[in-house]
Amino acid sequence: MFRLDGKTALVTGASGGIGSAIAKILHAQGAKVVLSGTREAVIRELAEELGEGAFYAAANLSEPSEADALIAKAEEVAGAPLDILVNNAGLTRDTLALRMKDEDWNQVLNVDLAAPFRLCRATLKGMLRRRAGRIVNIASVIGTTGNAGQANYAAAKAGMVGMSKSLAQEAGSRGVTVNVVAPGFIVTPMTDVLPDAQKEKLLSSIPLARLGQPEDVASAVLYLASDEARWVTGATLHVNGGMVMA
Amino acid sequence: MSEIADKVKKIVVEHLGVEESKVTPEASFIDDLGADSLDTVELVMAFEEAFNVEIPEDAAEKITTVKDAIDYIEKQKAA
Repeated sequence: MFRLDGKTALVTGASGGIGSAIAKILHAQGAKVVLSGTREAVIRELAEELGEGAFYAAANLSEPSEADALIAKAEEVAGAPLDILVNNAGLTRDTLALRMKDEDWNQVLNVDLAAPFRLCRATLKGMLRRRAGRIVNIASVIGTTGNAGQANYAAAKAGMVGMSKSLAQEAGSRGVTVNVVAPGFIVTPMTDVLPDAQKEKLLSSIPLARLGQPEDVASAVLYLASDEARWVTGATLHVNGGMVMA
Repeated sequence: MSEIADKVKKIVVEHLGVEESKVTPEASFIDDLGADSLDTVELVMAFEEAFNVEIPEDAAEKITTVKDAIDYIEKQKAA
């Protein structure tokens, strides 16, 4: 079950905590994996660590042309067409709306929503022709609940869900599935810096009583990327310890 | 038959997996050749690539038969 032998996957944002966990699990299940990120040294190192069947393709997804070119670049370095696309790259520019500049809004919408769309569009072309493919978009619980200070991020992540449902309808007749994994609070450098009081409050709102590990998210991605998920499309899989049950 | 017509026919045969004899000028992609809406979009994109032309959305919507495609591309190429 859940083996990916013979498959090729691209994971964006692979230098981050969740992205690298996703890359590792897909690779461990037999897929060739192309790691993408802005920091070439980091993704190169991770690719070397994974060894055979791991590749890297740096891209700055805030540049539309780099996003447009990434799929072809990934297929070139892997020497195979993509069977699996994981749109995991994202960034935040948090501030209350009153102080949020257009630039903060645009940057987040561009990298967290427009770039995934561009990558989906470029990948779908081949997947539709080959009558197979898996796209997994990484959103966030914030896209469902909203969050003060994250109007841009919440909009992008909620937008990702609507986009994925639309693409799922367009691509379904060709056996291509498009799904979303929406993580809750995961242990990463981003959540490490939260003050203890805030961490405790957070934990009391999580029925499973702990923060998530990147591997918890990666396992959900693996399922949706596998052949076994063949009849699941347009879905959002919430991986948040029960914090929000949507 | 013109070179363009030949090439269009070949693309249609290849993409829709239909017999060449069925790809007559009057054949409608959807009604006669079994295409769905996604196929028609993919066909238009294949034409754009093969002939190096741009087919805007409103023009693409009007291309419903093999002849429509040939006529449109011939017109673009002549322009």
